[in-house]
Amino acid sequence: MSTDLIQDAESARSALTTMWTIRRFEEAVDDLFARGMMHGTMHLSIGQEAVPVGACAELRDGDYITSTHRGHGHCIARGARLDRMMAELLAKETGYCRGRGGSMHIADVATGNLGANGIVAGGVPIAAGAALASRLRGEDRVVLSFFGDGAVNEGAWHEGVNLAAIWDLPVVFICENNNYGMSMSVQRAFRVDHLADRAAGYGIPGVTVDGNDVAAVRQAVRTAVERARAGSGPTFVEALTYRWKGHSKSDKNLYRTRDEIDLWRDRDPIARYTAALLDAGTLSEAEAQRCRAEARDAVRAAVRTANAAPDASAAELTSAVYAV
Amino acid sequence: MTTTLPGPAAAAAQPPEDGPAHRTLTYAEAVREALAEALRSDPRVFLLGEDIGVYGGAFGVTGDLVHRFGEDRVRDTPISELGIVGAAVGAALAGMRPVVEIQFSDFTAQAMDQIANQAAKIHFMLGGAASVPLVLRAPGGSGTGAAAQHSQSLEAWFAHVPGLKVVMPATPADAKGLLLAAIDDPNPVVFLEHKLLYKRSGPVPSGADRVPLGQAAVRRQGQDLTIVATGVMVSRAEEAARQLAEDGITATVVDPRTLVPLDDATIISEVAATGRALLVQEAPRTCGYMAEIAALIADSDAFGRLRAPIRRLSGLDVPIPYAPQLERAAVPQVPDIVAEATRLVRSW
Repeated sequence: MSTDLIQDAESARSALTTMWTIRRFEEAVDDLFARGMMHGTMHLSIGQEAVPVGACAELRDGDYITSTHRGHGHCIARGARLDRMMAELLAKETGYCRGRGGSMHIADVATGNLGANGIVAGGVPIAAGAALASRLRGEDRVVLSFFGDGAVNEGAWHEGVNLAAIWDLPVVFICENNNYGMSMSVQRAFRVDHLADRAAGYGIPGVTVDGNDVAAVRQAVRTAVERARAGSGPTFVEALTYRWKGHSKSDKNLYRTRDEIDLWRDRDPIARYTAALLDAGTLSEAEAQRCRAEARDAVRAAVRTANAAPDASAAELTSAVYAV
Repeated sequence: MTTTLPGPAAAAAQPPEDGPAHRTLTYAEAVREALAEALRSDPRVFLLGEDIGVYGGAFGVTGDLVHRFGEDRVRDTPISELGIVGAAVGAALAGMRPVVEIQFSDFTAQAMDQIANQAAKIHFMLGGAASVPLVLRAPGGSGTGAAAQHSQSLEAWFAHVPGLKVVMPATPADAKGLLLAAIDDPNPVVFLEHKLLYKRSGPVPSGADRVPLGQAAVRRQGQDLTIVATGVMVSRAEEAARQLAEDGITATVVDPRTLVPLDDATIISEVAATGRALLVQEAPRTCGYMAEIAALIADSDAFGRLRAPIRRLSGLDVPIPYAPQLERAAVPQVPDIVAEATRLVRSW
């Protein structure tokens, strides 16, 4: 079976549906929040869907990912159940974390997701450690470590990348460079032209890719995963993308212009991918519509299921702190 | 007059006799023996830390382990505490049992995100779907002239974070038995060794017996007051108790051994039995762990048995100074314990 995201219809259907699922899931979250039906805060990745979908397409069962506070896309792309994700966000007992983690700590450990992380770059050394475990056991598992541009200036990032580099660990470091760490632009926060230039400082390959092109992301990650699985060490993949929504619920968009947001909306990764598939004749218009409808229906069903679930219970809180 | 509250009997943990099953080892050797036993019996266990390989560890604790178990499992790291602990968290999540050495406990400040925000919370945040079985060994305490950034007693930092367990072995036998129990534990355990104890000798069982976490040891039994002490203060309290006995004052000495989980019952019953509590720690007084023990006693049934105020004897609220006479003055010494105990018994 071809795994080409442009030419192979089955791969294309799957990728397009997953991209739509992330989009629809987060739109639903945004809506529930706006209507006062969801608690806490939310970090939405709308506009960035090509990165997790392209990257996770290269993983096998048994591989790991580490995720971020903006992690719904990673979780979905790795194969998590939408109803358990939505249940977590709706503070239900059936949520992945039984209501104890919420959006910022959502994880489906069964699919190798070692967790979203509320600390910027927190998952980077953790990824190196999971890869070290794989190495010590003589396995060929690979770890994809997702993080944003902001993480690249954190100490944890440097320490984690360096450990992976010196020990040739099977990690792919994937930077979702959406141009802002909250309000701090990449232009203000870095002296290097490309964040991938930082890779040279650790003696590993660094590549910058169009993060709104799902096929390009996949190709870059494929090369990196092959290198990691072969025991040749980590790669830093910088994917250039953009978040359409604010950093979180407090964001008033004071640091960027409407024109800039509109420019990036015109580069919508889902619209671009759909157009590429229609151009190539891989999917028909009707098939593309079916992917979109399937995603919508799956998210609606997840909201229904989650809403009907029992609320998270405080009964076992104190006994939940330590593993036994 | 001594009375004993009904309740759990104190875990009698008198030092075991030297014999065929026991050898005399130093505290550092006992730690090494536990590490070797864990490396030998469990393929998931590996060590990582700065200079733990051919150097043998800054305090010589890992010694020759790299030659016995290889560089993969006795893994030298760059000077990179946050990365080291983070890698241990990741390896633990992926099913390994990493044992990290942080060269001085002060350097845990460099790694605190991975300790407090990651290791401690992942099991809870993920709804129990994952756990982080790692041990973080770190020597603490003053007395070596290493000054303010290499001499702290930081147990209260860790004890205040739900999700961490905190262990403070005071004898060679406990260093071995508690470390084996810590490595078995499915949770992150901060294992605080004391630099002054590394060269102290004592009987150590030759087998792989575990000392369970959460069980205090009553080091000495007396009638006039109960001294609760941790880390290097345990042996100072024992020495003080010997001197007090010559003056007709007999003291019980309780070593909690683990701060989290804490053996509340033994502390409460031993304090109730004598009616006086003297709490001794090396760490600074303010918000120190002994404030928690004082509150525990005050909240408990032992309160009604008290015939004197609960007293704390702590390090001064100062950074540890360099000059030897200043360093000694900054933390409780045996004469301080004797004097405070005498005041407590004679005044009340």
